[in-house]
Amino acid sequence: MTMSLPKKMIFYTLLTISAVVLFFPIAYAFLISFMTGPELMQGRFLPESFHLDNYIKVFDRLPLLNYLLNSFIVSAGVMLGQLAVCSLAAYAFVFIPFKGRDFVFFLFISTMMIPWEATMIPNFFIIQNLNWLNTYQGLTLPFFALAFGTFLLRQHFKTIPKELHEAAQVAGLGPFAFFRRVVLPVSKTSLVTLGAYGFLTTWNMYLWPLLVTTNDSVRTVQIGLKQLQSQEVATDWGVVMAGVIVVIIPTLLLLFLGQKQLQKGLTQGALK
Amino acid sequence: MKKVELIDVSKSYDRQKDVISNINVTIEPGEFFVLVGPSGCGKSTMLRMIAGLEEITGGTLKIGEKTANRLPPSKRDLSMVFQNYALYPHLNVEDNITFGLDVKKVPKAERKKRAHETAEMLGLTDYLKRKPRELSGGQRQRVALARAIVSEAPICLMDEPLSNLDAKLRAHMRSEIRRIQKRLGITMIYVTHDQVEAMTMGDRIMILHDGKIQQVGSPIDIYNHPANPFVATFIGSPPMNLAGADVRKEENVLMLTNGTQIAMPEGSLDEIAEKRVTLGIRPEFLMPPETGIGLPVFEAEVTNVEVLGHETVFSFIAGEGEWTAKWNGQWQIGTGDRIPIAVDTGSACLFSLEDGRLIRKAADRQRAVRKEGAAL
Amino acid sequence: MSTLREDAAPVEVIKPPGVWTRTRRGRTAILYLLPSIILFGVFVFYPMFRTIYLSFFLTDQRGEAAVFVGLDNYRYLLESAAFLNSAKATILFVLYTVPAGVILALFLALIANEKLKGIGFFRTIYSSTMGVSVAAASVVWLFMFHPSIGMFNRFLALFDIGQIQWLLDPDWALFSVAISTIWMNTGFSFLILLGGLQNINEHLYESAKIDGAGYFYQLRRITLPMLSPTLFFIITISLINAFQSFGQIDILTKGGPAQSTNLIVYSIYREAFVNYQFGTASAQAVFLFLCILVVTILQFRFGERKVHYQ
Repeated sequence: MTMSLPKKMIFYTLLTISAVVLFFPIAYAFLISFMTGPELMQGRFLPESFHLDNYIKVFDRLPLLNYLLNSFIVSAGVMLGQLAVCSLAAYAFVFIPFKGRDFVFFLFISTMMIPWEATMIPNFFIIQNLNWLNTYQGLTLPFFALAFGTFLLRQHFKTIPKELHEAAQVAGLGPFAFFRRVVLPVSKTSLVTLGAYGFLTTWNMYLWPLLVTTNDSVRTVQIGLKQLQSQEVATDWGVVMAGVIVVIIPTLLLLFLGQKQLQKGLTQGALK
Repeated sequence: MKKVELIDVSKSYDRQKDVISNINVTIEPGEFFVLVGPSGCGKSTMLRMIAGLEEITGGTLKIGEKTANRLPPSKRDLSMVFQNYALYPHLNVEDNITFGLDVKKVPKAERKKRAHETAEMLGLTDYLKRKPRELSGGQRQRVALARAIVSEAPICLMDEPLSNLDAKLRAHMRSEIRRIQKRLGITMIYVTHDQVEAMTMGDRIMILHDGKIQQVGSPIDIYNHPANPFVATFIGSPPMNLAGADVRKEENVLMLTNGTQIAMPEGSLDEIAEKRVTLGIRPEFLMPPETGIGLPVFEAEVTNVEVLGHETVFSFIAGEGEWTAKWNGQWQIGTGDRIPIAVDTGSACLFSLEDGRLIRKAADRQRAVRKEGAAL
Repeated sequence: MSTLREDAAPVEVIKPPGVWTRTRRGRTAILYLLPSIILFGVFVFYPMFRTIYLSFFLTDQRGEAAVFVGLDNYRYLLESAAFLNSAKATILFVLYTVPAGVILALFLALIANEKLKGIGFFRTIYSSTMGVSVAAASVVWLFMFHPSIGMFNRFLALFDIGQIQWLLDPDWALFSVAISTIWMNTGFSFLILLGGLQNINEHLYESAKIDGAGYFYQLRRITLPMLSPTLFFIITISLINAFQSFGQIDILTKGGPAQSTNLIVYSIYREAFVNYQFGTASAQAVFLFLCILVVTILQFRFGERKVHYQ
């Protein structure tokens, strides 16, 4: 399809303005992360020089490296857990016709209507009673089962021709071997989508880590940011912004790399 | 090689009406057996019951000498080719071919050897490292075939394996499958809706309709002596012409509803007890009068003409409907013409009106080539 | 004919499968579903019932039910000015964020769906806020809202307009939080809506072009009707997200000033983990649950019927 030149100009103008407005906060934070206190007070927009002082300071004042590692472990843990638990459930829904499937399916759907925040009080006590405060399992395990992830994978599994299943049966493949050797490799794309989604949402999680971490041992970067902000707020915004940039770089990278994939996968899972 | 025996086999879903009832047939070792019928006749279901992919709800299935009703598919010593080929999209051709061997823990060297032999047989050697999506339809079909062959299972099941190919390739694959089956001597059970495939490939064919066996026999036998009007119209193209006719024994003629009288060979109606029958006659036995010398001739109005070069197919009004005739060569016939048509009444079949049973067989028209002539 | 068996050997009778065999598939299925079912049971269903249970009790410090009070917690909440204020703030917050957020994301998705050179770059930019965590975004916005050195007030100063106490003025605080929230949610909504737009069959537009339909006519008669399922989905998700907002409140305003941004989840959090009133906090959680339930039921009821599915 070709577009007339004036029309093209209109679209490019709209696209550019929107991009500037939308990306402004991130760019702004990036620029400020190189500014000193006095520079900020002057109200400059561009820093005098791109020096890394603020970044060095932020790693000094907080065990940020530790937090990053924690965030990474927790996010990767939830990601792997979700992939395992959701793909198993989705496999049962698609490839094993059993009595009561509709009922179990309804149970899964109903979990989507229960907001996590409405159940956080008992969940907190469960974790506390298990002595799991300040542990990785306390941060990750509650998020392994995910109805949305199950539906997303189910949607993809359904596109696998049933003849493939039958051919595997004739070849003598058991259900688990079929799952592992055919279904999973064939569904690589949606597994990657769900994995990226799980990693991203866990990395960005705020309320739950706030509740179940009471010391620095397994604390994640998001809580680190809160600490940083409440310590530094009056004095050194440059350091705070350096912290922000460090925290968002992994997820932004993940998003830039997987934007197309994520968009396709999420749309598929969202709409039956 | 093994035989497959079905004894009173039937299938129903949720204890409702049978979709397949009382199937009794023995498929001999090394035989190419074709299951053919219109879509929804139960032929695929029957194949899947033999494969173990559908439960058998009644009767007994024997593979070799063993009862196989409860055996899982992998324990039935068979291989299967699916209509959409069911190739594993994430594996290359070689891994697709050896997938089943791998599952059965065949050693790696042996696997490789067998895969290469099979690929050679099917002309796939150059494609072993490609993924299925990089192959043409015909090549995918060959991979599916290779996968069945490489397992060295004594029985091979095929479910409409050629229906996704274009006409030319299909004709080629027909003879190729047939050639491989003969060479390896496997027992083949082949499902198709295409009567040409059934006729050209099968040692024997079984025609299914509404879950019931209509007829089992060699292709030529079925073509010449269809057991009922359904078989008569299903096998052969264009189909056998049918019309209701009154039997007039004293004049030795059959009279169609529009008054056309067809004189039958002397004495051929003597043993017919019915007053009305269904007359069936194949298009090639309605001839131009100059070819059918001495045959009874009637006149009819032409309704449609197709000149195909080597033959001319036209339809005309006969009885309550239309009949089709097939004449060799190119004929200038116009729609609406009234033309004389000779009938080879000796080749006519008569079916009972009540149960469709064949009550008079057509004369045998098989010919043989004279050997002396060929020697010149 | 070989359909007739010459030697009709007695055929062995095949017994119908027993219960064990018949339920084999069900047992296999359970094995695959068990991890999900256990986790849902422990971390979703049990806590939900426990929340409802606790909402009828006064609790001790360890969250154990102490005194049964029936509906007193609910009665107390409905009479408490603080809770009613929190409910009002939540509803206002939803009204501020959802329509504006969806329209913004729809606008971005529409302009980013054109086939232009470099469109991939713009798509990446528009989806970028999805990669920014609530905490990080809140910290950035906190700075932008800063009364003296923040970007907004500096901008106003350029035009000699008086300063606005974005987060400190009770009249402005909720609005300011809403703006930052819209920004945070744009990336996700944009991504989903763009996906929906790309699923619309190209031929529809081609045939409309042949009929001579203009851009806005196509938008109204093809794009929006065909996009309606996605649009509906994203509205539902935005509603649920708005009800669940927490991080931005905790960092930007802590519920203040004058309780004007004390949204329901923040209110639950404070009631439970600051004031240790787990009974009333649970009652609030039940209210939250009911709100989400209504939204989801509306989605199923209204969504299935009114929305055009391809």
